[in-house]
Amino acid sequence: MTATGTEPVDLSEKRDDVPELSTEELQRYSRHLLLPEVGLEGQRRLKAGRALLVGAGGLGSPLALYLAAAGVGHIGIVDFDVVDVTNLQRQVLHGTRDIGRPKLDSARDRLGDINPHVQVETYETRLTSANALEIIRDYDLVVDGTDNFPTRYLVNDACVLTGTPNVYGSIFRFEGQASVFATADGPCYRCLFREPPPPGMVPSCAEGGVLGVLPGLIGTIQATEALKLLLGIGTTLVGRLLLVDALRMQFRTLTLRRDPECPACGTRTLHELIDYEEFCGLRATHSGAGVPEVSPAELVAWRARGDAIDLVDVREPGEWALAHLAGARHVPLGALSGALDTFARDRTIVCSCKGGARSAQAARQLRAEGFDNVWSLTGGILRWRAEVDPTLPGY
Amino acid sequence: MSITVQLPTMLARLAGDTQTLEARGTTVGDALTDVIARYPALGPRLRDESGRPYGFVTFYLNDEDIRFRGGFAAPVADGDEVIVVPTVAGG
Ligand SMILES: [Zn+2]
Repeated sequence: MTATGTEPVDLSEKRDDVPELSTEELQRYSRHLLLPEVGLEGQRRLKAGRALLVGAGGLGSPLALYLAAAGVGHIGIVDFDVVDVTNLQRQVLHGTRDIGRPKLDSARDRLGDINPHVQVETYETRLTSANALEIIRDYDLVVDGTDNFPTRYLVNDACVLTGTPNVYGSIFRFEGQASVFATADGPCYRCLFREPPPPGMVPSCAEGGVLGVLPGLIGTIQATEALKLLLGIGTTLVGRLLLVDALRMQFRTLTLRRDPECPACGTRTLHELIDYEEFCGLRATHSGAGVPEVSPAELVAWRARGDAIDLVDVREPGEWALAHLAGARHVPLGALSGALDTFARDRTIVCSCKGGARSAQAARQLRAEGFDNVWSLTGGILRWRAEVDPTLPGY
Repeated sequence: MSITVQLPTMLARLAGDTQTLEARGTTVGDALTDVIARYPALGPRLRDESGRPYGFVTFYLNDEDIRFRGGFAAPVADGDEVIVVPTVAGG
């Protein structure tokens, strides 16, 4: 199947309970009803439509707003996070007065205001291998607005196993990707990326930053694809990967094929959901995997007694500029292998990062290079802020 | 023969802040080797220690995934474009 010839996926065929629209709804959706491609029939399909949003963050915000405004009748949202001030630069679903509230609460309030005709179902939980299939089965499509690799692979596999289209979007800094995975004949996320990167190799938005409007760009593209799928119109991104570079303002689409060796949609050797934390190598990182750890209080004590300590901050440059520990030097994780000659073997090396995962990886890497006295600062700068220096800004 | 290698912004800082690199070679692998020779820090981000592609960086030759053209052995011609698509998870 080639990209441009992809048939739209008509999800609404399986419904015979297409609802009627009230007078108020006819007026509300008049700009849709005027479109021959939507019309009354299409608007009723949207009302019958069921979309599950995984994540109510950067991508989930425009997704929820536009799908609700468009009249998608049933919107499910999975999230377990609380609104934080650092979210507001891009997560337009939530406001300043929502800080500290569960995101699902502010989402419900906002969507109810935008369109009271929409039924919002909330799932205050992390999507897991134990609950994903059961939740997803109730929906016509899933929109992936998560922010981590384990959940992305989980969403993908659950969509393939249940035959539910997965409207994919992903962002980092100034760039985004979008596609539609897991349709009957189309490729899936695993066809594009066979495996996740090792922990720490690819920074998250919390580590590397993201232009606030970028999730708006990508999220509205996902919303567009979700509406087209529900309506059964146009040519969707099935079989195509859209790359968006906001810095150069370039959009490009590449052909995506089903990988015959894909365990999910190719060979279909994947029969059930797996342990995605393990798949993404996160079990080892969380436990430190044999890397000695030093707590903030211990490090303060070591310094107080005058130990020769090389405190090495392995975060990204933007994070370093935002806040760093006094007396630390900066060697980003990606540059570590090129900076080995700056480390002295007779000193105590303490690696630090934001939360302790990347510093554990850096410490492992240095140990593998023959440095014996290497430690990882437990809990990173976040715990340091909580226990030693509250004047440091959080991020 | 001149090939263009397109890097995402996240890798541009490892290549002198350039996203569009000129490269020489007769295969995608050659072109990447040429680029890595000039910007060694790119090496570990583009391929593993034994020179094989990672499962989390996808390479396109013009519009086609190189896995369907022979991988790094995919032949390239003058004017071809190699696009590096790294996995990102932000949302
Ligand atoms: Zn697949």
